[in-house]
Amino acid sequence: MKALSLKRRHPLAVLALLLMGLLLTGGLYTLATSVNQAKAETTTYSAEDVEQGEKLFIANCATCHGMGASGSKDGPSLVGVGAASVDFQVGTGRMPLQAQGPQAPQKPQQFNAEQTKQLAAYVASLGAGPSVPAAEFLDGKGDAAEGGELFRVNCAMCHNAAAAGGALTQGKFAPSLAGVTPEHIYEAMITGPQNMPVFNDANITPEQKRNIITFLQTIEANGSPGGNDLGALGPVSEGLFVWIAGLGLVIAFTIWLTSRTS
Amino acid sequence: MGNHSDDHPAKPEGTSEVEAKAGQTVLDKFENPGLPPHRPRLADTEPRAAKRAERQVVVLFLISVIGTLLFFFAYFGVHLDQSIGALRLQNMLLGLGTAFAMLGIGTGIVHWAKTLMPDHEVSEERHELRSEADRQDAVEIADTIIEEAGIKRRPLIRNTLIGAIALAPLPAIVMFRDLDLNPDVNKLRHTMWKEGTRLVKDPTGTPIKAADVTIGSAFHVIPEGLNELEEGKLNEKAKAVVLLMRLNPDELHPSPGREDWGYNGIVAYSKICTHVGCPVALYEQQTHHLLCPCHQSTFDLTQECKVIFGPAKRPLPQLPIKVDAEGYLVAQSDFHEPVGPSYWERG
Repeated sequence: MKALSLKRRHPLAVLALLLMGLLLTGGLYTLATSVNQAKAETTTYSAEDVEQGEKLFIANCATCHGMGASGSKDGPSLVGVGAASVDFQVGTGRMPLQAQGPQAPQKPQQFNAEQTKQLAAYVASLGAGPSVPAAEFLDGKGDAAEGGELFRVNCAMCHNAAAAGGALTQGKFAPSLAGVTPEHIYEAMITGPQNMPVFNDANITPEQKRNIITFLQTIEANGSPGGNDLGALGPVSEGLFVWIAGLGLVIAFTIWLTSRTS
Repeated sequence: MGNHSDDHPAKPEGTSEVEAKAGQTVLDKFENPGLPPHRPRLADTEPRAAKRAERQVVVLFLISVIGTLLFFFAYFGVHLDQSIGALRLQNMLLGLGTAFAMLGIGTGIVHWAKTLMPDHEVSEERHELRSEADRQDAVEIADTIIEEAGIKRRPLIRNTLIGAIALAPLPAIVMFRDLDLNPDVNKLRHTMWKEGTRLVKDPTGTPIKAADVTIGSAFHVIPEGLNELEEGKLNEKAKAVVLLMRLNPDELHPSPGREDWGYNGIVAYSKICTHVGCPVALYEQQTHHLLCPCHQSTFDLTQECKVIFGPAKRPLPQLPIKVDAEGYLVAQSDFHEPVGPSYWERG
């Protein structure tokens, strides 16, 4: 083992690593029961991207995800998760994970767009998985009405009917979708980050995903039609309103009831 | 020893004397303040103010009447077309009408009591319990109240009060009348699912191939043919909706007799919470918990949707599924138990 590690800077080491990766990928692919059809790559990655991505990966991700992204007890294997997952997790700052907890929170990105692309290129080279979505599905020019119906059936129970987000169990939560880029919304649907279920292309077609994105942009642009939406959070903000305004009214009545008449 | 017992009775006597003296000096300065002087109100001295207060009370009672009428106008008069605006308008008018109906009576009575009813102070001495004489007294007190409230002298107040109180409960009666008083319980027992019904996607109605359901996926499912229903579509949907998920088969622990209710890790469970019937659709694909957003009932998918937290009493009913010749998911049968909350006849 020591002899092997001494040779890790050998010019052929990269080739050997690639070969190992390929073998691992092929083996896992045949084993996997998953039949999710990987779409044709919409973003092309150069060998340079993969190489740079691997360097970034080893420096930043390998501690948890293991060398060769094969996973460890601290992080899952990334073989076959695809470029979309990397673009979402790294692009929204969720990865690298800041601290262990019920859920990876969004934070300022640690990698720029170029580095994110390189990391995605590297992970995509490990095994087939959902790729970064094509721009045609992200233009927000779909059918907002159909998107709204799909959103209410598939998404609203966690993300709130107005996409304002909501609580899950034991400290987990579904984030607000306001201000999230179309690319990240699309990627979240196909990859199912954290506890979100996966909505593959057989469940919600790319065209339907485009409609959902259109709906989200529509409600964000149009605001609340019924006046102030109190944050659209539902019972929390409305309850606060009742505590302040409603109890204020009750107190006013109490003062009136007990005051002397002139 | 003897000394001690001799001293003993003297000691408490001395201390109690000291205490009593100290207490008396404090009590000497405390006087019964009695009742504060009676201050007549404007309406007691000026007949014009009394007349104005009377009119105000009448107006408040009339507001209550108008509120009730507004409720009925909104309930029957607002035409609910397909637009959301009409529904909003009706909701607002129903709410405002009920609020005015109740507040009008309440504020009217309080205003009446504060301005017109006698406000002189009455003190009553505590006395022995009597029976016959007490009854007589009670009748007298009631008579005094009626006399002092001036309900006989002010017929306008009396009439508007009777009107407002007679009208105010009518909205409740109308709304309860519209509830189904004689439900057919068997409707709750069965859903649209039967052997061979295809599982299709909500809302598009596209059938689902088993191969399309990848691990970690959640599909929102309705029975095939639901979208084509002419009548009662929403009622049928409210009973038949199903959530379809795929897990690693190793994570499922089916009980004996239910091993073949899923297919290759794909399982389908009723989406209707067994607590009060909200759609349980918050699926956490890592913990395999299903959460109901209303009262936080949590079901564990790996244990046949057993309740692990919250007020729900029963596990979610499972829909037995299989795959037909073309690879599409179909139901094996209807649910084996009624879906949704408990009810008396469920047994």
